[in-house]
Amino acid sequence: MPDNDRTLLTKAQMADGVAALANSICAANQGAESIALVGIFTRGVPLAKRIAAEIMKLGGMQVHFGTIDITQYRDDLNTFQMVPKLEGSDIAFDLDGLNVVLCDEVIFTGRSVRAALDELLNFGRPKRVQLAVLVDRCGREFPVQPDFSALKVTLAPGERVAVRFEEVDGQDACTVQTQASTR
Amino acid sequence: MTPRKDLLDIASLTDEEIAFVLDNAVPFKDLFKRSVKKVPTLKGQTMLTLFYEPSTRTRSSFEVAASRLSADVTHFDIESSSVVKGESVLDTVETLEAMRVDYIVVRHKQSGTPNLIAKNTRASVINAGDGWHAHPTQALLDAFTLREIHKDLRGCRALIVGDIQHSRVARSTSLIFRRLGMNVAYLAPGSMMPREVPQEIPQFGNWRDAFDWKPDVIYLLRVQSERLDEPFFPTAAEYHKNYGLTNERVEILRERGLHLMHPGPVNRGVEITDTGMNYEKCLINQQVENGIAVRMSVLYWLRPGAVE
Repeated sequence: MPDNDRTLLTKAQMADGVAALANSICAANQGAESIALVGIFTRGVPLAKRIAAEIMKLGGMQVHFGTIDITQYRDDLNTFQMVPKLEGSDIAFDLDGLNVVLCDEVIFTGRSVRAALDELLNFGRPKRVQLAVLVDRCGREFPVQPDFSALKVTLAPGERVAVRFEEVDGQDACTVQTQASTR
Repeated sequence: MTPRKDLLDIASLTDEEIAFVLDNAVPFKDLFKRSVKKVPTLKGQTMLTLFYEPSTRTRSSFEVAASRLSADVTHFDIESSSVVKGESVLDTVETLEAMRVDYIVVRHKQSGTPNLIAKNTRASVINAGDGWHAHPTQALLDAFTLREIHKDLRGCRALIVGDIQHSRVARSTSLIFRRLGMNVAYLAPGSMMPREVPQEIPQFGNWRDAFDWKPDVIYLLRVQSERLDEPFFPTAAEYHKNYGLTNERVEILRERGLHLMHPGPVNRGVEITDTGMNYEKCLINQQVENGIAVRMSVLYWLRPGAVE
């Protein structure tokens, strides 16, 4: 970790945060027979997987898991210097009538979630869509709010929340990077 | 991956670019299984097809691909346009430039026309076949189709059969196959064999020798029927007997489990028979379906106005 990164959540706090998200999601969806956790690429995917695993531990409802690639729904795609490699969305279950929880590691402007909703609805008509994030960073540009978040922060412009997951990045970490250390 | 402005041939693509286009075509193909087969990627952009030669499937494949990316699609009708009144290609391009078209898909009997157009427009130009030169999206879809069967194409052997000399498909497809580490051989009558064939490509004059080479896939080229019966070319019946995939040869494919490809449209009774068309390892329909996914992937990658 570069010197000027400061820790927001330790590895243990991240695990606690995931467990707390799972608990809140279960409580809010009581009575539902099944639930779908859908992760937004890239790091919403490991988050959704971990929440799904926690919910399965708690038992009581069937858990579906899916992924959403929002690349083609981004409103800034043609300003990218590089054309992103596509992962493709994978929702291999019937969405109709289901309670869906979209998962992303951070919500900031709300644009990713807007894009994810557009893609999600191409697969069917869920009964209800909720949003779970590890970190809720204030600064919305769209009227989109998370239903579940583990941590809420307000950061200065030029700062950036960086969440890393072992599955993707080789380690668990949640830090604030200042512009100088941002890639 | 850095975006490019144009796709003019396979030769100018890097290995990474080929892999990028093929890899991205996978999620595009997954889209076809959904009830909503459309993504908003090219919303507000316009793709125009400019076909100076007749085409059925390539043009509609591009049109379907662009529609599924939410682009607006329009066709420049050569037959009823000023082209028949003698307008030059570049004058036409200037007109299209003024219309602010974003993607131009070109087919022309003259090799190099797409390159000429690309130099004179901000729009992204995609070569949909120029003379004997190139047909890059056909090559990409062929590679994609074969990759669905053999995960690793290295060492895979393709026998290309037919009018190699006059075929842009043979040129582009054999190039991409070799770039992906495959071995390629040609089977053709002498009059249809190119004069200069790279040393690594074995040339055969009959099926027996070609089968002895132990191909994994047979790629039949379309025989341009207007060429048959020309002096030096065989007649349709002769061609079928000596170079076509007769029913007996389909049996050999079946015994050995070989796959069969053809860029379409086919001449039944010339290069292929009804039996060949119904052969269980015939990939023609997959090629058509994959053509849309691969063309979506190309349109997704190219960027109008990108600096080359």
